[in-house]
Amino acid sequence: MAQEKPAAVTIASFADHHVITQPNPLRNVLRRVAERDLDDPVARAEKALAGLSGEFKNWMAIEADRLSDAHASILRDGFTSVTRAELFRAAHDIKGDAATFGFPSAGAAAESLCRIIEHAPDLDEVPSDLIAHHINAVQAIVRERTRLDTAATAGELSKQLRGIADAFLALANRDRPEHLEAVLAPSLAPTE
Amino acid sequence: MFRIDFNKLRFLVCDDNPHMRRILRTLLHSFGAREVYESEDGATALEMYTHYVPDIVITDWSMPIFDGIELAQMIRQPDSKGNPFAPIIMLTGHSEKRRVTVARDAGVTEFLAKPISAKGLYQRILNVVANPRPFIKTKTYFGPDRRRNTSNAYIGPERRVGGEVEVLQQPSLLDKARTSV
Repeated sequence: MAQEKPAAVTIASFADHHVITQPNPLRNVLRRVAERDLDDPVARAEKALAGLSGEFKNWMAIEADRLSDAHASILRDGFTSVTRAELFRAAHDIKGDAATFGFPSAGAAAESLCRIIEHAPDLDEVPSDLIAHHINAVQAIVRERTRLDTAATAGELSKQLRGIADAFLALANRDRPEHLEAVLAPSLAPTE
Repeated sequence: MFRIDFNKLRFLVCDDNPHMRRILRTLLHSFGAREVYESEDGATALEMYTHYVPDIVITDWSMPIFDGIELAQMIRQPDSKGNPFAPIIMLTGHSEKRRVTVARDAGVTEFLAKPISAKGLYQRILNVVANPRPFIKTKTYFGPDRRRNTSNAYIGPERRVGGEVEVLQQPSLLDKARTSV
């Protein structure tokens, strides 16, 4: 597909911008099929994803250990641009991946940690216990998942951590309206 | 009914997390895609973009070296030798309004927040294949049309009327209130 010659573009010029239109370069990828021949690619993909699920617990443990390693670097070297970035990326990956791996509460705890890293005016002023509790929570949720009573406990733990983190951020950002707005704003982007 | 021939599409996936790349590869292959190229940072992705000329780019935001926003900005260079029009789907853990706006202004075509779902990814791909938007070039922006909707209630400068910049003359809310008393 990518080797095909690019379609000719038309350009309409206006006072301060141009509108560039080209015939749909991917039109040949769309194919009309009879309804009886229409399979369900989404169902096929979900089935393939389910086939991977046996690996998810191991992947989640690797992600949680990466987060703990990043935290250990901070305890050793303090917050530098490198250690901060690695802690954020580790937490951010868990925020995005954990629900897919079957650990939504770990994702919620990681999201709360991301918000602290992103919006705290000075990370050296953040109580060290607040960061440590988030990391310990992620580890506990991942390691203790097989216990029957942990789903509700994990949810409650993440919720309480988020409440404490939000209260801290609201206070710390009381004179920084742009951060306060971001802290209080609801999520906008769709997941489906 | 229409379906996408995924085996005709060439994808470039850019994510620093190997687990997410594996998931994306699994989903795209199960949709029917054969050509899926992968990179773990923005710099490598840009090289692969020039070399493999993918039809669709799927990129994470937060990555080392340079991130998904910078990758989008580099692809959307109107005078570059590569194809500046390829659809870019940003798949990211960021979901705040501010982030969506930054991605849009970098020339990202579609935004999909993690956690990923097969349905969400398929719908984004279907959208860029079946409903491509025209591109807009201004002094400060080059990318897909950022206006997805039209609003009859808009008041302000109308920049999409040829020749001179025109202003839609609409009564102010205060004037409306006065005349309705």
